Amino acid sequence: MAEGAALPIETLADPVTGRSLWVEARGRLLNNKAAVTSIVVLGLIAIACIFGPFFTGHPFDQVYPDYVKVPASLEAYPKADQITPQIERIGARVRGKPEDIQVKGDSVTVTLVGQRPIDERLLAYFDRSDMFGVAKVVDKADEGKRLVVDVPLKKKYFLFGTDTNGRDLLTRTMKAGQISLAIGLLATFVAILIGVVYGATSGYLGGRADLVMMRIVDVIYSLPFIFFVIMLVVFFGRNFILMFIAVGAVEWLDMARIVRGQTLSIKRQEYVQAAEALGVETKGIIRRHVIPNTLGPVVVYMTLLVPKVILLESFLSFLGLGVQEPNTSLGVLISEGAKNIQGATWMLLYPSLTLIAILFCLNFIGDGLRDALDPKDR
Amino acid sequence: MADVRSTGPVLTVRNLNVRFRTGDGILHAVKGIDLDVNAGETVAIVGESGSGKSQTMMSVMGLLASNGWAEGSVKYRGDELVGLSPEKLNRYRGSKLTMIFQEPMTSLDPLYRIGEQLALPLTTHGGMSKAQARQRAIELLELVRIPDPQRRIDSYPHEMSGGQRQRVMIAMALANDPDVLIADEPTTALDVTVQARILELLADLQKRLGMSIVFITHDLGIVRRFADRTYVMKRGEVVESGATAEIFAAPKHPYTRMLIDAEPTGRKEPAPAGAPVVLDARDVRVSFVLKSGLFGKPLHVLNAVDGVSLTVREGETVGVVGESGSGKSTLGRAVLRLQQASGLVRFEDRNLMPLDRAGMRPLRRHLQLVFQDPFGSLSPRMTAGEIVTEGLLVHEPRISRKDRDRRAAQAFEEVRLEPAWRNRFPHEFSGGQRQRIAIARAMILHPKLVVLDEPTSALDRSVQKEIVELLRDLQKAHGLAYVFISHDLAVVRALSDEIMVMKSGKVVERGSADAIFEHPQEDYTRDLIAAAFLKERESAIAAFPA
Repeated sequence: MAEGAALPIETLADPVTGRSLWVEARGRLLNNKAAVTSIVVLGLIAIACIFGPFFTGHPFDQVYPDYVKVPASLEAYPKADQITPQIERIGARVRGKPEDIQVKGDSVTVTLVGQRPIDERLLAYFDRSDMFGVAKVVDKADEGKRLVVDVPLKKKYFLFGTDTNGRDLLTRTMKAGQISLAIGLLATFVAILIGVVYGATSGYLGGRADLVMMRIVDVIYSLPFIFFVIMLVVFFGRNFILMFIAVGAVEWLDMARIVRGQTLSIKRQEYVQAAEALGVETKGIIRRHVIPNTLGPVVVYMTLLVPKVILLESFLSFLGLGVQEPNTSLGVLISEGAKNIQGATWMLLYPSLTLIAILFCLNFIGDGLRDALDPKDR
Repeated sequence: MADVRSTGPVLTVRNLNVRFRTGDGILHAVKGIDLDVNAGETVAIVGESGSGKSQTMMSVMGLLASNGWAEGSVKYRGDELVGLSPEKLNRYRGSKLTMIFQEPMTSLDPLYRIGEQLALPLTTHGGMSKAQARQRAIELLELVRIPDPQRRIDSYPHEMSGGQRQRVMIAMALANDPDVLIADEPTTALDVTVQARILELLADLQKRLGMSIVFITHDLGIVRRFADRTYVMKRGEVVESGATAEIFAAPKHPYTRMLIDAEPTGRKEPAPAGAPVVLDARDVRVSFVLKSGLFGKPLHVLNAVDGVSLTVREGETVGVVGESGSGKSTLGRAVLRLQQASGLVRFEDRNLMPLDRAGMRPLRRHLQLVFQDPFGSLSPRMTAGEIVTEGLLVHEPRISRKDRDRRAAQAFEEVRLEPAWRNRFPHEFSGGQRQRIAIARAMILHPKLVVLDEPTSALDRSVQKEIVELLRDLQKAHGLAYVFISHDLAVVRALSDEIMVMKSGKVVERGSADAIFEHPQEDYTRDLIAAAFLKERESAIAAFPA
């Protein structure tokens, strides 16, 4: 006489297909505004990180020596106050004193006055600068001692500013987001794959097998994580793939424990005993009965594991054990930003905001999933 | 039966509506019911699961789930209760209106001694000091007849049996001399003999303390014996109400008549004499080591099944009867080799004992099991069709997906379910329908022996009757041998040829169904029958011709 709020459905009207618990959970998830917003925002961030670098106009490893640590701005660079000093610098190299600098729209007209005739080949210095295009001589006077030069401006946008090497921070943040999300998802996937299979097997077999398998987990647990990573780095050298191995090798332990606990209670369920009475093999029971029923908590844990892994990666990169230049990750960017917090706050601000946005979204999605999959709602 | 004192109504319910906001829209659980409880009388609310009987009283107590709300009027001696804040409501509930619940195992907090839990309402509502509260708690335990209350007051809930816990719950409810005691299926989770004693206690307490009792139950036997007036509820509405005797003598509404006739009736046709023996178990023993010494030497061993023998022939049903903890389920598992046991178990002409798991596998298709809980025995992530055909994956791995689906449809038809429902998931079925799916899962393999472990105990009476009939028909059609495990004597009698009565792992009595019911030899059997027939009606007894 189990009697709760939900009444048994006595009449089932349309007989075609049933609504699985997953479908019902999806319905509940879609009713959760915070979770849906987070999914949309996270999706947009992911799309921006993957495709954004093609549209910013800057390769992620392009260095602009003339734009070192320029602040974030919606206006195009070069700014008016940057042009004159730069032309003066070039003038010194060309051995001509710039006079009468006039900025007209997309080009600058400047008169170079030298003590000797100016070598026009030296005008290539304009093109080598990040600010200007190929200079064109408009007028010559005084036997070439006086040159009127028309220089087109190269307009560049640095929406997030640039870093200490003069690289576009927007592109680098997107690249970093790519790498952080990839590490987060892949390492989580690896951790969950190992953890679920290991935990379900251990829990279902029980007895001595369970004891041995869980003691192995305990032993790996007791290794200090940083020590473990440093050891891997020493043996195999710095490598992007090491990140997955290191993070995955540590994070599956939690997953295995969670799944084992779930399995222990599922094992007592009558549907597992019914399968045993049918003669289903251990493999079949674990695959068809145990694992599908542990997936609720696993999915929730996964959304919480992704931010954890991203933070771990950030931490390793912060220590210099992670991703290497010119590749980058959010952890690397934040670490650099922290060093330059005086005078270049944008270097810390934008990567941090991106990381925060990703973590917030993942946490809200995790909360939403937990509510949606809560077995008490059934 | 308590004397009805005409001091007017204590509790008046008028046009009460209870609704729940669920994922599928708004559920109207209680639809405008009226109800009166007079001082000192016992009122029963009867109905099957989902009739809204519990929700009615939950809303009176302000205990609805957070997605539910009540509208209408509930008056306690003229004071309106609906819409009161929890603080104001607490002046009534726990002191004037109290409630006891079905599940004594979970109603007490396992972390506190029962004395502390008993003292809580006394110190908060009664304004007593700790010492006074303790004194009163001992008195209350004495009142509910807990032996040695001085000592038991310091017990933790897990140290007490189910019946004792329910007594503690009753003591808690009585702590502040309530006017109305609401009992929500207080005996459903208990063994029959314990049930009888708890009901006796409640009747006696009512006589001495003069309170009103509202009895929520699905069990008409209890209603008939204890209630002055009865309300019959169906799908949130009161379909019939009046004096209990009148309702039972002349039920007006067809639903009431159906409830009264819902006792499983009829008898099984006896199995043909000389039918081949399907299962022969000799001297089966199962023991659990509860505590072992330093080197694994068992110190405390529980003999769950202690030398039981059992023979089942084709087309025959052996009923195994006993209270919880008597070892009847363990026996069922042991003969299927799902539980380590010693002794001898033969299936047809093969000895099962030396076989390991892999060796048992080909035989599993002949030996099937149906469980008690239709909610727990179906994997929630598989469709009904997948559940039913899982055995085919193991025993007939060659057949195609399409054939499996066809077999599933056949099996659904055989258990009288709409075959088109096989793509639905278990949670979309009612309890009775789920039990049919569980039966279909066993039947699809055409087994020779089925162990039925309390297959009807979690179901409503009217559904029980259908399942009993289904099981009987399946047995007749396929010549199945059943081992039917139950504590419900009415169901056992309707299905069994032979009955074994078990107590503490031993068989105390065995014989043909008629012999056991008409001439029980042992006191324990007599107790069981007396306790069961206390709630059995004459018509059901009449159905078993002497």
